[in-house]
Amino acid sequence: MKSNSGGKAVRYNKWGYIFLIPFIVVFVIFQLVPLVNTIYNSFFENYMSGLTQVGPRFVGLDNYKALFSSGDIWTYFKNTMVLWIMCFIPQIFLSLLLGAWFSDVRLKLKGSRFFKTVIYLPNLIMASAFSMLFFTLFSDGGPINSLLMQIGFISEPYKFLSHAGSARGLIAMMNCLMWFGNTTILLMAGMMGIDTSLFEAAEVDGATSTQVFFKITLPLLRPILVYVIITSLIGGLQLFDVPQILTNGTGDPMRSTMTLIMYLNKHLFSKNYGMAGALSVVLFILTTVLSLIVFKVTGNDKRKG
Amino acid sequence: MAKTNKNDIQKGVGLHARRVIAYVVLIIISFFCLFWFYIMFINATRSNGQLQSGFTAIPSTNLLKNWNNLVHGTLPIWYGMFNSLIIAACSAVLCTYFSTMTAYAIHAYEFRMKRFIYPFILMIMMIPTQVTALGFIKLVTKMGLMDSFIPLIVPTIASPVVFFYMKQYMESALPLSLIEAARIDGSGEFRTFNSIVLPLMKPAIAVQAIFTFVSSWNNYFTPALILHDDKKKTLPILIAQLRAADWLKFDMGQVYVMITFSILPVIVVYLILSKHIVQGIALGSVKG
Repeated sequence: MKSNSGGKAVRYNKWGYIFLIPFIVVFVIFQLVPLVNTIYNSFFENYMSGLTQVGPRFVGLDNYKALFSSGDIWTYFKNTMVLWIMCFIPQIFLSLLLGAWFSDVRLKLKGSRFFKTVIYLPNLIMASAFSMLFFTLFSDGGPINSLLMQIGFISEPYKFLSHAGSARGLIAMMNCLMWFGNTTILLMAGMMGIDTSLFEAAEVDGATSTQVFFKITLPLLRPILVYVIITSLIGGLQLFDVPQILTNGTGDPMRSTMTLIMYLNKHLFSKNYGMAGALSVVLFILTTVLSLIVFKVTGNDKRKG
Repeated sequence: MAKTNKNDIQKGVGLHARRVIAYVVLIIISFFCLFWFYIMFINATRSNGQLQSGFTAIPSTNLLKNWNNLVHGTLPIWYGMFNSLIIAACSAVLCTYFSTMTAYAIHAYEFRMKRFIYPFILMIMMIPTQVTALGFIKLVTKMGLMDSFIPLIVPTIASPVVFFYMKQYMESALPLSLIEAARIDGSGEFRTFNSIVLPLMKPAIAVQAIFTFVSSWNNYFTPALILHDDKKKTLPILIAQLRAADWLKFDMGQVYVMITFSILPVIVVYLILSKHIVQGIALGSVKG
């Protein structure tokens, strides 16, 4: 805690408000007003039917009723969750493994900086370009199919983007590649923060590395693990660029890769503002609940100031 | 299950074998991270005819030809590059400057509202921009800022994630006694911020400038909603356009060059600065 040294500090403290002005002004204009406007719009019937504008007309909760009764939102919610789980399970497994190796002082891996650089690289790549790259690589006549045929693995091109499983697999793989490096570094930082005397004591007691991992590392890592899981889930709900570019916004095959944000994007482009508003509010509530969990888990750390 | 078994085996084989396993796994994973980009570079050097004839790992000689075809094609890629660069650079500058300022306000001053504002900023940290997109478009339309870069640059001033990073960094790098000393020397608060705090925060600003630049450079969702004029479009929008075009008619060599063109700047910058970036990631989230 900082102690105010008499009245002198008070004179300066108005500057705290002054320095906050840019943030507050921009936040109110570009985030708070749009948010309120979005919520407001969700209660109005407002869409384009051909070239004629329908509404805006106040309809209460009708947009929400339409949203939930059409069934589409459930399909897309399920898709989003399936894609997230397909991506997250291999991601967390890899990250825990690599994090444990990188932070293990006894293992003394050489070139760990090189490996960290490499695994983090995909995270910085433009998701749309990465997705376009995969689209061309995995297209029916693309390099991957030629490669698989040249080594005799398959006899004719496999249509990766025409099967729900492989299309979802590709999206999950891309996301996993893009995010496991980030997760690894976060978990590794958490593991490095653990008091080394615990490991030394375990070693003296003759614990194996497996026991050390499950009995010491994992329990002590719990807060950071929760943080990683929830933030990844929030990120997963926002999944957009990769499936949008890969399937050209259609969510094919059979809408199996259509995510919630792609659905929102579709409504925004067709100027169906009522439904877009309702969908946004649902997503907002969902992410707020998840954020509050993160805030609770890590809050004690952060509020120290 | 499989993991337990694997670790049981590891128990017996000791440190040396574990190290070998770690290296093998790391090499395989690195291969999977780099393989795609390698094919991309190779394919960017091959002509359309060569690309149709199958996979190869050996570069060809058509890079310049593909590049010329792309530049003289229908996609306004120089505009795309230029627009992306302007938006990303301005965002990086504004975002880091004002986030540092916000962090400084919370870090260095005691005022009544601080108790509410600080937790509030942390709470809004996770709210995705997509959920306010509808209101954002309506606002931008009303302000007459459609097809302008302002709605893509100015909002980055209020970015809680960068603020939080700066706040964390200040706690370790900016002693309050230093500010006191500046006051005694008669320095005004604003001048203290610009000439003492900012230079001290340089390492943190550099890391966050890179992150802001990259995320703005890669952003697709918001720019796609705001920018419709061909000359205003950014690279991700052009990529999406390329995808939406009847791509079978397209010269695939050009497609690969286009993808390479849009991600190469980031790869180069990353490789130069990787040390700072990788160190910077962990700092910004929760403390270990």
